Amino acid sequence: MLLVPCPNCGPRNSSDLRYVGESHKRPDPATTTPEEWRTYLYMHKNPADWMMETWYCSSGCRRFFTIERHTATSEFRNPPLPGGKRGGRA
Amino acid sequence: MSTLSDRLSAQPGEIIDRSSKLRFTWNGKGVTGFAGDTIASALMANNVQVVSRSMKYHRPRGYMTADYWDPNGSVQLASEPNVRSGHRQLQEGMKVSAQNVWPSLDRDVRAVNGVLGRFLTAGFYYKTFMHPRSLWPTYEKVLATFAPGGKVDLDAPSGYFDKRYAHPDVVVAGGGPSGLAAAIDAARAGAKVMLVEHTHHLGGHLLWGSDGDRAVLAQLLTELAEADVEVLVDSTVTGRYEDNWIGISQRSHPGVEERLIKARAKMLVVAGGLIERPYVFEGNDLPGVMMSSAVRRSMAMYAVRPGSRAVVLSANAEGDAAVEALTAAGVEVAAVVDPRNGQDLVRAKGSRRVESVELADGRSVEADLLVIAAGWTSPTSLINMAGDRPSFDDSCGRFFPTDPPETVLVTGGMAGDGTTEEIVEHGRATGDLAARRASTVAHRLQAATTRAQSVDEIEPVWAADSRIALGRWSHPGLYRASTHGIVDYSEDVSSKDLVAAAKEGYDSVELLKRYTTATMGPSQGKLSTVNTVAILGEARGETIAEVGTTVWRPPFAPISLGALGGRKFEPIRVSAMHRWHEANGATPIIAGQWIRPEHYGDPAAEVRKTRSGVGLIDVSPLGKLDLQGADVPKLLNHLYTNTWNKLPIGGVRYGIMCAEDGIVLDDGVTGRLGENHYLMTTTSSGAATVWEWAENWLQTEHPDWDVSVTPVTTAYASMNLAGPKSREVLSSLVDDIDLDPEDFRYMQLRTGRIAGVDNCIMWRIGFTGELSFELHVPAGYGEAVWRSVMEAGAEFGITPFGLEGQRIMRLEKGHFIVGQDTDGLSLAPATGLDALIKLDKPDFAGKPELSWALENYEGPLVVAVQPVDPNVVPGEASQIIDPIDKRILGRITSARYSPTLERSVCLAQVEPQFATAGSRLTIKMIDGSLQEAVVQEHHAHFDPEGERLRG
Ligand SMILES: [Zn+2]
Repeated sequence: MLLVPCPNCGPRNSSDLRYVGESHKRPDPATTTPEEWRTYLYMHKNPADWMMETWYCSSGCRRFFTIERHTATSEFRNPPLPGGKRGGRA
Repeated sequence: MSTLSDRLSAQPGEIIDRSSKLRFTWNGKGVTGFAGDTIASALMANNVQVVSRSMKYHRPRGYMTADYWDPNGSVQLASEPNVRSGHRQLQEGMKVSAQNVWPSLDRDVRAVNGVLGRFLTAGFYYKTFMHPRSLWPTYEKVLATFAPGGKVDLDAPSGYFDKRYAHPDVVVAGGGPSGLAAAIDAARAGAKVMLVEHTHHLGGHLLWGSDGDRAVLAQLLTELAEADVEVLVDSTVTGRYEDNWIGISQRSHPGVEERLIKARAKMLVVAGGLIERPYVFEGNDLPGVMMSSAVRRSMAMYAVRPGSRAVVLSANAEGDAAVEALTAAGVEVAAVVDPRNGQDLVRAKGSRRVESVELADGRSVEADLLVIAAGWTSPTSLINMAGDRPSFDDSCGRFFPTDPPETVLVTGGMAGDGTTEEIVEHGRATGDLAARRASTVAHRLQAATTRAQSVDEIEPVWAADSRIALGRWSHPGLYRASTHGIVDYSEDVSSKDLVAAAKEGYDSVELLKRYTTATMGPSQGKLSTVNTVAILGEARGETIAEVGTTVWRPPFAPISLGALGGRKFEPIRVSAMHRWHEANGATPIIAGQWIRPEHYGDPAAEVRKTRSGVGLIDVSPLGKLDLQGADVPKLLNHLYTNTWNKLPIGGVRYGIMCAEDGIVLDDGVTGRLGENHYLMTTTSSGAATVWEWAENWLQTEHPDWDVSVTPVTTAYASMNLAGPKSREVLSSLVDDIDLDPEDFRYMQLRTGRIAGVDNCIMWRIGFTGELSFELHVPAGYGEAVWRSVMEAGAEFGITPFGLEGQRIMRLEKGHFIVGQDTDGLSLAPATGLDALIKLDKPDFAGKPELSWALENYEGPLVVAVQPVDPNVVPGEASQIIDPIDKRILGRITSARYSPTLERSVCLAQVEPQFATAGSRLTIKMIDGSLQEAVVQEHHAHFDPEGERLRG
């Protein structure tokens, strides 16, 4: 089981968190097209490479945070700084 | 030769206790053994030759490895099937019997002796039982009688299983010389160590080695006793996952059938030793063919004489040691076949046991024991699981680690060859290295927890691997003699099968494995993988390294389902009124983590009494979120599909929430308690989801919004007082709340004192469709308020009602339940609540999808349905079909008999062309019969105008 470095709680079992998924920008609902919106909903890049992803520390600090992970080695890098009112997007 | 095998005189390293005799039965016959025996050693000592019948050919099988991995050593113990007799220790009174035999072990009518592979070749089942498909149920019954394995006793008592989480610095997998040394030195270097040994005894091959080996073991055990090491015997490291998450199946914990330990180890030391590999030749599965390690173990540890006249195939020093040991025990060694000198054997002959061995030089030697020392297989599972792809060394005839992660160290036979002293030395160096690296890992973990403490010291240097590498001793590559024999004993796969399958085109090892099932039986390829690959290589004209091997996956050894289930680490939640429910005859129902009253004896009566008078239900599990801040309306506008700008203080509004794909996520009411203070309720099952959903938007898209979300589900005890008499009941319990219907209207809330308890919230809403008041009181006073309400309601004939009564009443009213009447594909327009979707808001969750859906919605709709026959209550999930072409048009999502209307009432999802009022539907009942039903005009079967709840 992966150890996920929560910026607030430290390394925690991935079962303590919820994997939200690849980080992506939400299209502007006022101008979006079905194609763009459904790409946001369903189409994931899923590279065998470094990827920016979002986790929710559901059993800990309950902060959403984004972090880079290498999908082939499950190595993490560039965690956000701890604290702040909210974890926020990178 | 009436007695082939029996006990030897006392052996210096024996672990049996001859003073403690144990009685047990073998196939109903009374026999004896000693404390310390395994079932296998006791059976061998009782001259039991045949212990099982093989899976496909029902050939007689004896003990080949006499350990956990013995492919044919599984027996039935009373109600426990598939017990590894080479591992399980004998106990007084055990009832042991052979499995996979019919009618008996001695006379198995399905036996196919000596016609290897003629009937059941590779792919036989696939080819024979394929067509026609209609006969498959018949085939299945036939095949089931051939299925191997023991009998499952459905009445077997369930034992206690447990789980444990551990955080050791170093886990050492394997308690042989290298593992013992590693554990000792890691502990001496300050590490918290767990030493895990699969068998019941520490020592590995030293247990059946020379006097010198035993002295080394004694020394190691002394040192271990002084070191601070947690020792787990009869326990297996079953898997290694990311970041050294280690699964350990512990079978030796007192009072527990089996315990699954989940350990987060900073370092893993793999000291799994080597598994002796069988040799493929004709007759290689006859009872009396044994691995050299099995023979030596049986003699040294259990003082069992495995035969009286032996032929030994010895390709290494261990085989030579077996010759010595046999001679010392008085077993005649009739011939030694030494492949190092180009010698080989051809076949073993015999009917129920080896009778003679034919050698390549033309001799035929009479013998009842054929000892095989043909080489070793490295059980590389754990390093495979760590991501390594071990490489095959042809000159040694086995796999070695290639490049495991730096947090996984390998020692012992898996790492190389050496004298006992060299192996121990390597183990010690490995333990020391593991401890030093573990301290660096610990430092990194701590440093990553910056909030927990400030780590100001410098990170310890990552210790370099300066161990003196073990050597690699050359070993002849012995896989198959000139004849064909069994490769996988568990699955009865012969080398002929493999060659034939390769010719049929199954010439990649992964395909071959699945086609022939080689390596897939209970021993999971520990004995057969390398031979399978070698024989495939032979067929393809390639080396083992070129063919490659299958990937070993967890678990290394079987784990019982009980241990995997184990003890549940999940809270059971009950409301503040739970004690009252229990005392008043509530039938409990499990709803998620909650235990709730389903009813108090008669749900229909509860409905009638509530509709005609008054009833009280515990709705504490209802999700409740306290929302505070100036921007709460922004959040509500964003989460709900409807508009929340103008909700007045004291107002309550209903809304549905959708995910970004427009699918209904949850629904509920939210009320405004003050200027910047709201209380949101969610469905009971949606409480956690909605909380996270709100946090997601606040933390990621709108961190500038001033909103604080606090879950208060269990801070309040909640109850709903429903029925035409509810206001009268309540009137005696409130003093600072005006219940006048002109003042306190439907969809409004009040805060104040209820039954003397301050800080209560009361709102007029109702899932039941009656005039009703939902009371949220501080949880500590829940039971007191509940009792007060029940007392005040006594004169009005109040009834408590449970979940079932509520379900009936909500269905009478046609209120849908998210997740029951809607599903994971239900867009909001499916609910018919289009009026609650306000597209004029600039943004809300799921808005683009909903705007497109509302333009042209063609999906199913939720409708109220009544069967024509009022007494027919369709099962939920019954299909609605076209009676002519049987096309599925929808399904019944909820169905109950309504005590109020005295007829069945349903909600259903149907395609839109059948959703208009008056449409005739055909319901296919669970029993296959068809029933007519009619779509209703309103969702509400009862009081569609809602006059009662506004009363
Ligand atoms: Zn956290």
